Amino acid sequence: MAETITFRDGVLEALFEEMRADPSVILMGEDVGAAGGVFQQTKGLFEAFGARRVIDTPISESGAFGMAIGAAMAGMRPVFEVMFGDFMTLCMDQLVNQAAKVRYMSNGAATVPLVLRTTMGVGAGLGPQHSQGFHAWAAHVPGLKIVVPADAADAKVLMKAAIRDDDPVLFFEDRQLYAARAMARDADETLPLGRGRILRPGRDVTLVAIGRMVGVARAAAEALAREGIEAEIVDPRCLVPLDEALLLESVRRTHRALVMDAAPLRYGVTAEIAAMIGEKAFDWLDAPVARLGAVDTPAPISRSLEPLVCPTPEKVAAAVRAMM
Amino acid sequence: MGASPKRAAGGAGSKKAPPAAQDAAEDCLGLYRTMVLIRHFEESMRRLAAAGETPGLVHLCSGQEATNVGVILALREGDYIASHHRGHGHCIAKGAPIDLLAAEILGKAPGICGGRSGSMHVVDLPRGNLGTNGIVGGGIPLAAGAALAARARGTGEIAVCFFGDGALNQGLLHECMNMAAIWSLPVVFVCENNGYGEFTAMEDVTAGESVQARGEVFGIPSVTVDGMNVRAVRAATLAAAQRARIGEGPSFIVCNTWRYGGHHAGDKQDYKDDEETKRWEAADPLITFAKTLVDEKRASRDELAAIEAEVVARVKAAVAFARAAPQPAIETLEAHVHG
Ligand SMILES: Cc1ncc(C[n+]2csc(CCOP(=O)(O)OP(=O)(O)O)c2C)c(N)n1
Repeated sequence: MAETITFRDGVLEALFEEMRADPSVILMGEDVGAAGGVFQQTKGLFEAFGARRVIDTPISESGAFGMAIGAAMAGMRPVFEVMFGDFMTLCMDQLVNQAAKVRYMSNGAATVPLVLRTTMGVGAGLGPQHSQGFHAWAAHVPGLKIVVPADAADAKVLMKAAIRDDDPVLFFEDRQLYAARAMARDADETLPLGRGRILRPGRDVTLVAIGRMVGVARAAAEALAREGIEAEIVDPRCLVPLDEALLLESVRRTHRALVMDAAPLRYGVTAEIAAMIGEKAFDWLDAPVARLGAVDTPAPISRSLEPLVCPTPEKVAAAVRAMM
Repeated sequence: MGASPKRAAGGAGSKKAPPAAQDAAEDCLGLYRTMVLIRHFEESMRRLAAAGETPGLVHLCSGQEATNVGVILALREGDYIASHHRGHGHCIAKGAPIDLLAAEILGKAPGICGGRSGSMHVVDLPRGNLGTNGIVGGGIPLAAGAALAARARGTGEIAVCFFGDGALNQGLLHECMNMAAIWSLPVVFVCENNGYGEFTAMEDVTAGESVQARGEVFGIPSVTVDGMNVRAVRAATLAAAQRARIGEGPSFIVCNTWRYGGHHAGDKQDYKDDEETKRWEAADPLITFAKTLVDEKRASRDELAAIEAEVVARVKAAVAFARAAPQPAIETLEAHVHG
C-alpha cells in the first residue's frame, strides 16, 4: 500500500526538497527556526539548512515581508510565513504596492519569485482575529497568484510549483486540514499553477470547491448520491490563474453549478466564479448558478456559534436539492 | 523659522561644517559632472511638467544632488539602491541613460519601463536600482532584503536605501533598522532630510532632538553630514560601505539638504521662509563644489563651463528624444502582469 502523508508534512516535504535542490530558496517567519513553527510545520528545516536559510524574524510582518520581496528581486526565492492569515493585513502595503506590481512596473525586467504561505480557517475556537482567510482579497490584486490546496498530496506538489514560479504566490493553508492524510504522490511530480482537477465525476450538478470545502462537497455528494443525484466535484486548486476551461467544460455537461467557499460570501471568490460561469456558459445552464459561503461576520469563538459560520455538507446538499 | 535643532548638525544655516577632505579614489570631475547632469535634467523636467507633458506627479531633486551623487558614486557596480518618489537623481547616478529615463517620465515606449511606470515607479534592476517608489518608506525593506540576499550569496554587494525625513515616521523604517542590526546586514540607511514632507515642516511632526538617534537606538553607527557637500556625503558613505562589506552591518547617514522646487513641480512653496531659502541656496552643492575645485586647482572655470555645456547638450538631446518617442503600443497594456 502506498504511503500516506499529512497536509502539514506535504508542505514540509516540499520545502525540504526545494531547499535541497535550490540554494536560493530561503524560509522566513516567526518561530520557523529552531522552534520548528508554531504548528510544527517547519520542523527539521533549521537543523538541515541553518540560520542563514531558515530565518526567524522579529514580529515585524511588514518589514520582514518587504525584505523578502527585496531578497526575491535580488535573486533569492523566499518562502515567507505569516503565522495566521489575519496578520497578512500587516503585509498588505508591501504585498499590494510592491510585490504585485514590480513585474508590471519594470516592464517584465524584474520579478518577485516568492511564496507567502499562511494559515486560515474557522473552527478551532480561535476567534475573530485568528481565523480569517484573505484569499479573495488577494485574488483581487493584479500580479499575485493564489493557491488554496485541498489535501496533503496537492499541498506538496502545489508548494513545489509555487516555489518554482517566478511570480509572488500566496499559499493558503487551512489549519483544519493539517492532520488530514492523503496518498503521497511521486516525489518528482510537479504541476503548473492554474490546473484544476475533477475529484468526483457526476452528471447532475458541478460543485466548485477549494481547500476545506472539497471535503464538505464530498460528504454532500455522497448524501446526494443516495437520493440519485450525481454531483461532480471540481477543485480549481488556484484562484489565480483560474482553470476556467475545466470549470466550463464541467458545467456544460452538468448544466448546474454550486460554487462554495469557507470565507465570507459577500464579494467573495464564489461571486467571481459564479459570474464567470454565468457569462461564459449561460446557454448551458438549467438553473441560476448558486453560491454558498461563510456568514458575513467575524468568526466567533463560542462552541454554539462557530459551527454555524461555514457551509456544511447538509447546507450544500440542501442547496443542490433546491436547484434540481 | 530658523534651522531646527534636528537639522543643525550640518548643512547651511548652521555652524559651518569643516570642509571634507578629498579621498584618493575621488573622481572629482565625475562627481561634478553627475551633479550638473542631474540639475539640468531636473530643470528640463520642471519645464516639461509646467507644459503639461509629464503624466501624473513629478517630484524634482534639484538641491539634493550632493546626497544623490555623494552616496551612489561611492558604491560599486552590482551594489543595490532603493530610491523614493524624489528619485531621478538616484536613477541617473546609478547609470540610467537619461534619454530612456526622460522617455519613462513622459510615459513613452522606449522608457526604462516601457512608459508604463513614470517618475515615481522607475524599476531599473539591471543597474541595481530596486526602484523609485510611490509609497513613502516603501523602498526601505527592499534594500534591506537585497542586502539579505547579497549576504546569503556571499558575493559582497551592499545595498543603500534612500528615504526622506517623512519616512522617519514610518514604522517600516524602525522594523528594518532593527532587523538590519540583529542580522548585521550590509545596508546603509540614508535619510535625505530636506526639512519638509509635502507642505509640513519636518520638526512639526518628528519627535526627539536628534534624527541620527533613531539609528543609534538600534546600535547602528549613525552620523549627520552636510548634505550640500558632496565630499562629506561621499566620505560618510565610503566609511559605511566599508563597514557593510566587512560584515560589520548597517549604518545610518543623515544628510541635511534642501529641495529647491518644493514638493512637486509647480509647488508655490508659500510655507517656506525666505531667509531660510536664501541661506540654503547660498550653500548650493554645485556652486560650492565648483568653487572648491577651482580653489584646489583641480579644474579651471573654463573647464567646468565646458562640462556644463556638454551636459546641457546631452539633456537637450534626451528631452528631444523623449518628446519625439512614440507612445507604448496599445497591445502592451496587459503585458507583464504575470510571467
Ligand atoms: C505611504 C504614503 N503616504 C503618503 C504619501 C503622499 N506623499 C508623497 S511624498 C510625501 C512627503 C514625503 O516627505 P519626505 O519623505 O520628507 O520626502 P520629500 O518629499 O521631502 O523629499 C507624502 C506625504 C505617499 N506617497 N505614501
